[in-house]
Amino acid sequence: MAERVLRRPGFSRRLDLAPWRRVLVVVLVLLAVAAGSLATGKVPLGREQLLALFEGAHTSVRIIVLELRLPRLVLGALVGGLLALSGWLFQQIMRNALASPDILGVTSGASAAAVSYLAWLAVPLGAWGVPFAAMIGAVGAAGLIYALAWSRGVTPIRLVLTGIGVSAALGAVTTFVLAFSPLTTTLSAYVWLTGSVYGANWHDVGTLTLWAVVLILPLAIKMRFAVLAALDDALATGLGVRVQRQRAMLLALAAAMAGVAIAAGGAFAFVGLIAPHLARRVSRAVGASQAVLSVLWGALLVVSADWIARTVFLPLDLPAGIFVAALGAPFFLWLLLREAR
Amino acid sequence: MSTRIRLFLLVATLLIAALSSLMVGAHWIGPATALKGLIAPAPEAVDQLIVRSSRLPRTVIAMVVGASLAVAGALMQTLTRNPLASPGLLGINAGATFAVVLLVAWAGSASLAAWSLGAFLGAALAAMLVWWVAMRGGASSHGPLRLVLAGAALSALFTAFSQALLVIDQQGLDTVLFWLAGAVDGRAPSELAPLMAVALAAGLGCIPLTRAMNVLAAGESMARGLGIKVHRLQALMVGLVVALSGASVAMAGNITFVGLIVPHMARRLLPADHRIFLPGCALLGATLLIVADVIGRSVAQPREIPVGVMTALIGAPMFIALLNRQRSAHG
Repeated sequence: MAERVLRRPGFSRRLDLAPWRRVLVVVLVLLAVAAGSLATGKVPLGREQLLALFEGAHTSVRIIVLELRLPRLVLGALVGGLLALSGWLFQQIMRNALASPDILGVTSGASAAAVSYLAWLAVPLGAWGVPFAAMIGAVGAAGLIYALAWSRGVTPIRLVLTGIGVSAALGAVTTFVLAFSPLTTTLSAYVWLTGSVYGANWHDVGTLTLWAVVLILPLAIKMRFAVLAALDDALATGLGVRVQRQRAMLLALAAAMAGVAIAAGGAFAFVGLIAPHLARRVSRAVGASQAVLSVLWGALLVVSADWIARTVFLPLDLPAGIFVAALGAPFFLWLLLREAR
Repeated sequence: MSTRIRLFLLVATLLIAALSSLMVGAHWIGPATALKGLIAPAPEAVDQLIVRSSRLPRTVIAMVVGASLAVAGALMQTLTRNPLASPGLLGINAGATFAVVLLVAWAGSASLAAWSLGAFLGAALAAMLVWWVAMRGGASSHGPLRLVLAGAALSALFTAFSQALLVIDQQGLDTVLFWLAGAVDGRAPSELAPLMAVALAAGLGCIPLTRAMNVLAAGESMARGLGIKVHRLQALMVGLVVALSGASVAMAGNITFVGLIVPHMARRLLPADHRIFLPGCALLGATLLIVADVIGRSVAQPREIPVGVMTALIGAPMFIALLNRQRSAHG
């Protein structure tokens, strides 16, 4: 048992090193996929060409890797990681294995707003407003769900039920807009709804990184409460948690994470649901290591999905969202089947 | 209010909704004419012809589909003991959609009968696959969580396949999109008769299992202790869900919301005893879908709003209001 206890005056943490070794393994896999993704594409690059970048290389290689492939890779990793973390938080707070931004209405809010924007405002105003519309939709939906579920505090079951109600209504709005708008809108909306990191640039990456830092820092500080949120309310109260306050804060963080990720990459489904379960199957330890593993799995899913989406079907460059489930679901099913033996 | 009065009120609401569905549309038909068209049809009268040939079929389809989906949703929630479960979780909607998308991609626009058959087969195959993954290794001991997770993963997989096909074959998108939204009009009752028979038979098949379901709702180990063959009961329930919602998706396309929400509404109005709860779900589901269809065809004339969209737009506020009603009842 690789267990350490850190003790300073006024501070004490128990640290179990075993799950962090598995974290390291997933990090290595992620790095390998990233290297493979940078090297392949319309213009395949060799190892020497990639390594030469560190010594200031050929300009065209430089542009391909640093201006086209790398920002896309980093944006995919950020989007996947944030969605996964949001899903992990939702599953902790709701204590339900099916909880995720997709089912609870955050994604539907973002989708409804973004699709409405694409249908009616994109022509007069331009497509730059889509991320803002998605962000407003996500946060608006989360706020609406919280307000509707409020009854001297919110309980997980009321939040979940209100969430699926709101999610269904907003999903209907999306379908309605899609069915009643011209085909050109439908197509661009469909790509957005599938999720794609096509055409990412460093500016997008910078914005999302900033958001990620702003949202993950408070979570890192409050990680103890996120772990305790999976317990019964009475038990958490007994342990000295101000349940309602912490729950509101964690929910706001989870919704905002999903919101910024969706605004940057579109409505990637399935990442938020499956990444935490993949993390749980790699390591049984509860706590911060599970959150970190979820983030890594989310990043790995989106990065490898985008790798396949832009290389396997050349010259087509497909939305990465298609392959998230095509990759993640069989792998997850394999884990489930293996577990049964 | 006693349970009996509540059930009676639900029946009355359903009948009123059905009658209004015969009357409302592009052309208004009075209640007397509408009823006469059903009971004592006169061959010459145009109004009665509209009622019989167009409005009666879609009313009946809406009723059967709504009731089937609601009962299937209730069965799923009892089976998995997860309030987020719905027939879609067995991969039924995703499987049906994938089958239809595949059909459109390969054979172009096929006939409605071919779509229905494909959708039903896709739904059944997907559900069987989910059940196989979930139950491999004698896994009822692993609890319903495996079913929930396997269902979510396989649904996502089928959805991804459909999306991939749709993105590549963009012309198919427009054809399929309207079907995806769900509709109960423009279907000939004679084509759908076998599907309706499947749904009705499955609905009746629930009746002998209701007592065992009541015990299962208390927990698997409890049910096993009381002498219920849990694994067999679960397999039967899954079979019923597949028949009910597979037939529905084949008749009316993807109407995902009814199965999720109606059981929760019924739970707020009726006792948890499945002998009352399941019929209550059927009544509420049928009413919800008929009302949604009536509003969908009358608010945006001359166009019609897909019934799946209307169901969610009407059902969601009702559902949330019911959640709040319970809050005020408890202080």
